[in-house]
Amino acid sequence: MSLLRYESQVREPLVDGHKTYHDVTEDICKPVEAAPTRLWWIGFIISVALLLFGAVSLYKEVVYGTGMWNLNKTIGWGWDITNFVWWVGIGHAGTLISAILLLFRQGWRTGVNRAAEAMTIFAVICAGQFPIWHMGRVWMAFFVMPYPNTRGPLWVNFNSPLLWDVFAISTYFTVSLLFWYSGLIPDMATLRDRAKKKWAKAFYGVASFGWTGSTKHWQRHESLSLVLAGLSTPLVLSVHTIVSFDFATSVIPGWHTTIFPPYFVAGAIFSGFAMVQTLMLVTRKIMNLEDYITISHIENMNKVIVLTGSIVGCAYLTELFMAWYSAVKYEQDIFFKYRIAGPYGWSYWLMMTCNVITPQLFWSKKLRRNIAFTFLMSIVVNVGMWFERFVIIVSSLYRDYLPSSWSVYYRPTIWEVGFYLGSFGLFFTCYFLFSKYFPVIAIAEIKHVLKKNGESYKEQMDGIEEQSVEEFAHEHAHAH
Amino acid sequence: MSVKKFVVGCFDDEKTLFPAVKNTRKAGYKIHDVYTPFPIHGLDHAMGLRDTSLHTAGFIYALTGTTTALTFMSWVFTKDWPLNIGGKPHFPLPAFIPIVFELTVLCAAVGMVLTFCYLCQLAPFVTKDHFHLRATDDLFVMPIEVTDKTNVEEVKAFFKNAGAVEVFEKEAETGWWLGRYDKAKKAFEKEEIVTA
Repeated sequence: MSLLRYESQVREPLVDGHKTYHDVTEDICKPVEAAPTRLWWIGFIISVALLLFGAVSLYKEVVYGTGMWNLNKTIGWGWDITNFVWWVGIGHAGTLISAILLLFRQGWRTGVNRAAEAMTIFAVICAGQFPIWHMGRVWMAFFVMPYPNTRGPLWVNFNSPLLWDVFAISTYFTVSLLFWYSGLIPDMATLRDRAKKKWAKAFYGVASFGWTGSTKHWQRHESLSLVLAGLSTPLVLSVHTIVSFDFATSVIPGWHTTIFPPYFVAGAIFSGFAMVQTLMLVTRKIMNLEDYITISHIENMNKVIVLTGSIVGCAYLTELFMAWYSAVKYEQDIFFKYRIAGPYGWSYWLMMTCNVITPQLFWSKKLRRNIAFTFLMSIVVNVGMWFERFVIIVSSLYRDYLPSSWSVYYRPTIWEVGFYLGSFGLFFTCYFLFSKYFPVIAIAEIKHVLKKNGESYKEQMDGIEEQSVEEFAHEHAHAH
Repeated sequence: MSVKKFVVGCFDDEKTLFPAVKNTRKAGYKIHDVYTPFPIHGLDHAMGLRDTSLHTAGFIYALTGTTTALTFMSWVFTKDWPLNIGGKPHFPLPAFIPIVFELTVLCAAVGMVLTFCYLCQLAPFVTKDHFHLRATDDLFVMPIEVTDKTNVEEVKAFFKNAGAVEVFEKEAETGWWLGRYDKAKKAFEKEEIVTA
């Protein structure tokens, strides 16, 4: 008679291969310590070029005003706010993985959390650019801060969702950064203690804040991580909720709906995981980290994608139903005449296809575990989610209450596109630098789960599971 | 800040580390600290450390944030400059919720991280003496302070007996100083590795 199974058979090891602690250090530190590859340089130079194009586009915008973006009085929010919401949404996966999955005790988060958190931070930096430069007179941007000023004690409007956004995004950025960096400190110390080159010793020495690995420090570190996770969990939900308030608290048909907060949060997680997939699939391949970011990690994330994609799909249908059920003419016209049909109908159907229909293919286990398909889907989802924001913003605005001010067609200018490409440049420049000089996987956390969830441990357990009760009792009775 | 002498035992497995910690305490030696490459659950209790109260500090910071945001916005909108914004009330409590929440989280997070850094003495350019470079890789490093009464050879034998893979004596600075790791050729770095 064999014993009960120690652990479910469907649970796969989190770390493949028979690794020791030192192997983990080696595997993750090696790409950091090696010289940058040719591929890295190519990617980095393209990113910097895009960033420079973005800088030129911004220069045009600052000098000549937001008119350079082809926005008009009717379509006052175009690509810029679309991009803002898109980037903020992408910036949700990192904190979701590191905070919510930590609270849910999902061990698989350890393989992907570090890079996902970095991605979050870079995405939020990109997102922040759009509302700031959209202000037009960007040198007045500090007016959003509530400080005693010489404009009469005229304070900011604390009732305004746009101001809530300022607080939400800046808090989210700060807390994500603190969470990410406090996790990085021990790993920076690992790199510091391995460093051979002088600059590396200096850089990682400064960056590791003098971390020693003392037990007391680890105890405090664990407490800090747990509380930061607890704080970030409602925070991550609040941020996209507040972004959705930018729309939901207005009286524009198509925006004025109570479904927006959960709908936006689900969409944010959806697009965020898609972006994590895009980056992880490339990173694990190039840096030989397939043992740490395994197929089962990818499958788990695909499960989250199919779930959140379905929630988003449900929200789309609910919106249509509510528009019909409300019996409000404006609401119905926006949805049935100008959104799913009309000059922007194509973008609605593109969104539907990319976000609702194609992700359903992930119900197939075979496709969930197919790397090429996952990569393709991750791009499709992000295109779809960009169009979702575009549809929400532009198709609600272009035919407003006053037909004489209808704007039939809105095309972005090259500078508007340039700003968007520039944000990609910023994002990937940051990501390339991160992936070269920082440990892309949380070394200490992997070591922490190695013995409990590594492949060696699994195999050791297989042996024990096959033992009979008598054998097991004989072997282990005196162990303690 | 002072330079002290230590006998250092290095272990490479939690299975030997835990009994070693227990026996060290039983034998009456004072464990200076145990340096590990990753958090080991239960080690703090095995060493007899008390639980951290960092989370309590976090709670207090959170409350500070809540109160600050709430009182400040109320003061601005009701006392300092009551603006008429579309005829809305001057004290719109529900509209304050988002900012109150954000400031609560912000204060708690920033306060806790700063407190953590202060307690653990972590900051850029802070430099410390490390007992073993592999303490951040794959070794669990346990130094015991050498006092007048300590019999060094006895401690070494004890460590070897407990399953240490490396035992040595080392003089180390117990505090921190401002500096850079690439320049840290410490004057007091005199180590003799006895066994390997």
